[in-house]
Amino acid sequence: MKIFLNNRAEEFNAETLSVSEMLELKKFSFRMRIIKINGALIPKDRYDSTFIREGDNVLMLYLMSGG
Amino acid sequence: MRFSEIKDHLSQFRVGIAGAGGLGSNCAVALARSGVGTLVVSDFDVVEPANLNRQYYFTSQVGMYKSVALKENIARINPDITVIALTQKLNGRNIPEIFVGCDIMVEAFDSADMKEMLVETILTKMPGTPVVIGSGLAGWGDSDAIRYRKVDDTVYICGDQSTTVDDDMPPMAPRVGMVANMQANTVIEILMKRTRDYFRL
Repeated sequence: MKIFLNNRAEEFNAETLSVSEMLELKKFSFRMRIIKINGALIPKDRYDSTFIREGDNVLMLYLMSGG
Repeated sequence: MRFSEIKDHLSQFRVGIAGAGGLGSNCAVALARSGVGTLVVSDFDVVEPANLNRQYYFTSQVGMYKSVALKENIARINPDITVIALTQKLNGRNIPEIFVGCDIMVEAFDSADMKEMLVETILTKMPGTPVVIGSGLAGWGDSDAIRYRKVDDTVYICGDQSTTVDDDMPPMAPRVGMVANMQANTVIEILMKRTRDYFRL
């Protein structure tokens, strides 16, 4: 499937991926982040049960400590 | 547009600032100098000597609640601004109540998990309220890495999005101030596009 990840085209060798699987494949290891799929916030407890599909627009922000 | 008109326009808005540390105190002062009418500032912490390397407080204020000290400092800078200073610890339940009626939210927390909690709460319980996040400001130098990104109509992020504070990468006045002022600049940019609403309650 082809998706947009932070406004960049990305291709994955799968028909669909859960958010957790995508994070693992991309080796995104930061613990604190905000993920939106097609504009909707995905709470952390739904990373396993939310699936990314062809054409989805995935936004990911990293929240770094310090303020 | 002249500054008197800008100030007049900004005076009608209310901005929520969650956290009154390095980001919150400097951002609030920039917004107050610009004339944003009402600032709702919440922080449960008190001023400590170690905060003075970057936060908008004075030695005489050590031991005071940060939000209360900030209200005092802003009154000395611009007495026309209303500062609502709160000292509760913020959580998913009280955030929508405390910041009800705010036109924009500024995320100015220290720890990453509190930032995440705040942003999730705003996006789910205060839909439509823009949030300006500070993320990535540790250390010194590398000015060029600090940037602004509009994610969508409600999420804006300022910072380098990569450095994290630790013992060897402390938060320091210049980079913290850059991010805080970038957040204030973003707030002003959003508010300047809003039209005057005579029917606000």
